[in-house]
Amino acid sequence: MILNRFLMISIVKRNRYLILRRLVQFSILVSFIGTNKWGWTFLVGNLSAARVLDSFYLADPYAVLQIFASGFIVSSDLLVGAFIVLIFYATIGGRAFCSWVCPLNIITDSAAWLRRKLGFNFSSDNLRIKRSIRYWVLLLGLVLSAILGLSVFEMVSPIGMLHRGLIFGFGMGWAIVISVFLFDLVVMKNGWCGHFCPLGGFYSLSGKYALIEVKHKVEKCSDCMDCFKVCPEPQVLKIVTKLSGMIDAGECTNCGRCVDVCADSALIFSLKNIK
Amino acid sequence: MNKEGQDNSRRDALKTMFRGAGLMGLGGMVWGGMADGLKASELSLRPPGALKEKDFVKACIRCGSCVEACPYDSLVLATPDDNTAIGTPYFEARKIPCYMCTDVPCVEECPSGALDAALLSPKDENLAESMDINKARMGIAVVDQNNCIAFWGIQCDACYRACPLIGEAITLDFRRNERTGKHAYIEPVVNREICTGCGMCEHACVTEEPSIIILPVEVASGKVGAHYVKSWENKNDNKLNGATEKVNSDASAAEDYLNDSESLFDD
Repeated sequence: MILNRFLMISIVKRNRYLILRRLVQFSILVSFIGTNKWGWTFLVGNLSAARVLDSFYLADPYAVLQIFASGFIVSSDLLVGAFIVLIFYATIGGRAFCSWVCPLNIITDSAAWLRRKLGFNFSSDNLRIKRSIRYWVLLLGLVLSAILGLSVFEMVSPIGMLHRGLIFGFGMGWAIVISVFLFDLVVMKNGWCGHFCPLGGFYSLSGKYALIEVKHKVEKCSDCMDCFKVCPEPQVLKIVTKLSGMIDAGECTNCGRCVDVCADSALIFSLKNIK
Repeated sequence: MNKEGQDNSRRDALKTMFRGAGLMGLGGMVWGGMADGLKASELSLRPPGALKEKDFVKACIRCGSCVEACPYDSLVLATPDDNTAIGTPYFEARKIPCYMCTDVPCVEECPSGALDAALLSPKDENLAESMDINKARMGIAVVDQNNCIAFWGIQCDACYRACPLIGEAITLDFRRNERTGKHAYIEPVVNREICTGCGMCEHACVTEEPSIIILPVEVASGKVGAHYVKSWENKNDNKLNGATEKVNSDASAAEDYLNDSESLFDD
């Protein structure tokens, strides 16, 4: 019994940020669903645009940019809302939207977890595409929006399909979500979030100089490499085992998985060193 | 050797650039085609106060606030199998029509400007309080005269009774039934200037598939072209200001076309 409790505590401790993230993700989702199903009013809309506590709006800055590219300027409410979101992630959260808010993260994390458990690592036939392609997808999304007069990423976004699906009903949207899961599982490790998603690319660029980052203390590190195994963007961990310092790449999603699994406390969340 | 190396690196850089451009082109074609295809149908009925379809799909941020505001659950957000731009709101009149709330909560809740209160307000006022739902133009009711049983001589005025603008948007036309010699046809006629496209008529229609159908205004409308002049309308003949008497066609062609027998036996 005592042993069980000890085990429980250690499991929670080794997954504390994962549990916290899921709590945040589900709370946001449930708030939106509650608005549609049970008439709550504190969070009205969805992740594209939402009214908070009947007082101000938040909006997806990349969606607002696409709408702008397609030839329409949204109302000042949403312009301010998009600006608030942009400033929040740019100064504080970095790419935290991806791992703490985005519902598709739950799907792609599951795919990555299952991939590890099943030992899928087809290094010989693995699709090799540079992670930087997301920035080109980001740019292409804006160019195409301008050419077609249509927010093109919003037309195909699996994030939107999953998110709206959960709140308003799926239709065939679930097929797209399962496609992303299978793609990440059998075709490409961290395929969608780590390579193609233009929204992730957007927050990677805008959140590059955000304050919250993971800090590495090399003197505590025992070179176990556990963090590399769980990290969805392992290229950001390049200093780990080598140098002390901040994980300051914009592509880090601040998911805290490395902090969770590090048995040596060599990785912790910290504020950026301001020189 | 050194020189060769430089040439190769320049060539490689060019190759990489071309490959990158090619990939962007490929991605653009596939993605653009997909997005444009998914936009698809212009047959969707949009909420009241919606901008023109082309502008509406641009402006809508797909937040679903209008859907949440709709007290009758008329509005739904399009899913991938709905043949409407994904995530944008629409309604199917046969299932649940627009019940014409006088406070128009869907427009009031729209944060993006895709549903525009100004389209429902008098020209000089732009206030949400002055919205008049009867100014909505969600579509136009079109009667299928082959299947509407009123046109068969059966007495039915379900659509007329269901219309919230009874006697204005739909009126009844009386016509003698020559077949029986003693009855009247009582036919519904839609006044396109007044019909809001709420769809209560389509919802109420008694035939198996509705015989009065709401079509989006742009789909249900023809276009005459700018050269027609309505002389009976005030100031419409202003169009003729600056017109000359010069005739552009060749007058001899009209005189000679019968003499020029070849054109008669062309085929």
